[in-house]
Amino acid sequence: MALSEAAKPRIVVVGAGPAGIRAAEILAAGGLVPIVIDEGERAGGQIYRRPPPGFTRPAEVLYGSEAAKAVALHQTFDAMAAAGRLVHHPRSSVIAIADGRLQVIGDAGARWMSYDRLILATGAMDRVMPVPGWENAGVYGLGAMQIALKAQGAALGRSIVLAGSGPLLTLLAVQLLKAGGQVAAVLDTTPMRRQLRGFAGLSARPLFALRGLMMRRRLAGIYHAGVRLERIEADGRGPVAVLWRDGAGRNRRTPCDAVGLGWHLRAETRLADLAGCDFAYDETWRQWLPQADGMGRAGRGVYLAGDGLRILGADGAEVAGRLAAAACLQDLDLPAPDTAVDERRLARLGRFARGIAEAFPWPVEAAAGLPDETVVCRCEGVTAGELRRTVDFGGGEVNRVKSLGRVGMGRCQGRYCELAAAEIVADGAGHACAAAAGRLRGQAPVRPAPISALVQDVATDG
Amino acid sequence: MSTAAGEGAGRLVRLTEVDRAPLRFFLDGAEQQALTGDTVLSAVLSVAPALRRSEFGPEARAGFCLMGACQDCWIWQEDGPRLRACSTPLAEGMRLLSAAPGEWP
Repeated sequence: MALSEAAKPRIVVVGAGPAGIRAAEILAAGGLVPIVIDEGERAGGQIYRRPPPGFTRPAEVLYGSEAAKAVALHQTFDAMAAAGRLVHHPRSSVIAIADGRLQVIGDAGARWMSYDRLILATGAMDRVMPVPGWENAGVYGLGAMQIALKAQGAALGRSIVLAGSGPLLTLLAVQLLKAGGQVAAVLDTTPMRRQLRGFAGLSARPLFALRGLMMRRRLAGIYHAGVRLERIEADGRGPVAVLWRDGAGRNRRTPCDAVGLGWHLRAETRLADLAGCDFAYDETWRQWLPQADGMGRAGRGVYLAGDGLRILGADGAEVAGRLAAAACLQDLDLPAPDTAVDERRLARLGRFARGIAEAFPWPVEAAAGLPDETVVCRCEGVTAGELRRTVDFGGGEVNRVKSLGRVGMGRCQGRYCELAAAEIVADGAGHACAAAAGRLRGQAPVRPAPISALVQDVATDG
Repeated sequence: MSTAAGEGAGRLVRLTEVDRAPLRFFLDGAEQQALTGDTVLSAVLSVAPALRRSEFGPEARAGFCLMGACQDCWIWQEDGPRLRACSTPLAEGMRLLSAAPGEWP
C-alpha cells in the first residue's frame, strides 16, 4: 500500500544511537519519513559517537573491532538524511511528553511536536556507586573517559585509576593505554570466582567473551579483582590517590590525578516514564526497567528499543531498533519485514547480557557500608548520613526521601544517585530488596531548560 | 604527548588529534589557546583543573558524564546564559568565567 504524503503517520524516534538509526531505517523502508530527535551533533549515539569535523583518526582506531558496524550505521543514517528519507533534529532534547505531543528544545528554542507513534531509543549511562570523595573534580564516569578519548582524543588525567565492574572497565583501560594514556590501576570490585559464574551466559557469544579475556591479559600487573574501594583522597585540584583493599584484605594506596567509576550501565528511562510506560524492578540488573513485549511495544503508541529498555549493548540495540520499527509498521497495517531472525538474535543477546550482569554485579553491599559523611547526591551534596536520617523520619520510600532530603532533586534528577540511594534507603528501612523502596517518579522537564525557552510564545507544528 | 597550552595547569591531556587549527578563548579574562573541534569542557580543562566551584560544597567541579546527563559541567559566560560545557563546541573568542559574574545575586 502506498501512502500519500498527507496520509503518512508521523513517527518520532528519540535517540540516534544504534537502536534509533536501525528503527529509522526500517520505518523509511516501509515508506514513512521518521523524525529523528537526538542530542548529539552527529548521529551514532555514545558507543559509535563521531568526533567533530576536522578529526582524522580512522574508524579502526576509534571503534576497534566494532569499526565496520559503526561505519555502516553512520553511512546508513547519513544517506537517509541526505535523501530526505528522514528528518533529523540534532542538538535537540525532548524534555516533556504530554497528550501525544513532545516538548523539544533545540537551537531554535522550545516547541511542541505531535506524533502518531513514538519510538524511544534513549540509551543508557554509567551506573555509579558512590565512593567517599567522588564529588571532587577529576572523578568521572567510565563512559565520560571513553567519550573524551573517542570524541576529543584526550585523557582526563595524567595518571588514571579506573574502578568499578563491567565490560567497559577492561575495554577503556586497554583503549587508554593504546592511545598513550597512563592507567595506574584497574580496580574491579567483582571477585574472579563471581566473574566465572557468569561465564555460562557469556558462552552465548564466545568471540565477544574471548576478546574480553584477551584484553584482560594486556592489563597484567595493573588489574585487580575483588577489591573494596575505601576512599578517593583529594586536594583542592582533585584526586591524589585511591585507597582500596585488595582481594586478600590488604590496604593499598594508588596515587593518581583522575578516577573513572562505573558498574556497567543503567537505562535512561525518564521519557518512557513520562510516556506512561509500566515499570518493573529487574532483580538481575537491580534497577527499574520499562515494560514492553518482545518487539518493544509498550502501549499507547509508544515503542522502546535499545539500552533504555533492556541493557543488551550496541548489537542488541540494533536488533531491538529494527524490531520496534517493525512492530510500529505492523500496528499501522503497513508492510513490515519478517522479524523471526531478529527475534531469535535478541533472545541470544539477552542470555549473554544476563551473563554479563551476573558476572559484573552492582555492589549492593557497598551502599550499606558507605560512611555517613559520603556524598551520595553529587548535585547537591546530600550525604549517606542525611539519607539514613530521612528514612528514620519519613520511612523507606524513595519519593518521600526525595521530598524530605532532596536526593534526586538536583540537576541530574537522580540519574547518578537514585540507584545507590535506593539501596541505602532499603538497607536503612530493613527492606530485603531495593525494589521495596519504590521508584523515583519522573518529572518534566527531564533535562534542565532555560526559562526563556519555556516562556516564549511556543511554536507548535501540529 | 601533552598539551602545549598550560602544561601542568590543566587536567586534560591531549593524546592525539593535536594538528587541529588553534582557537582563542578567554577564561576569567585571560587569553587562552585551544583547538578547533574542542568542546568548551576540553578547552577549559586543557588549561585549568576545573570548570567552577560546587554551589553545595567546598570542592571544584569538572564535569562527570560528558554526555549531557549529569549537568555537572555548566560554566558561566561573561555575557549570556550558562553553558553545558561537555556538549557545547568552543567558538573563537568565547569569554568564560569560573565564577559568577559580578551582578549575579
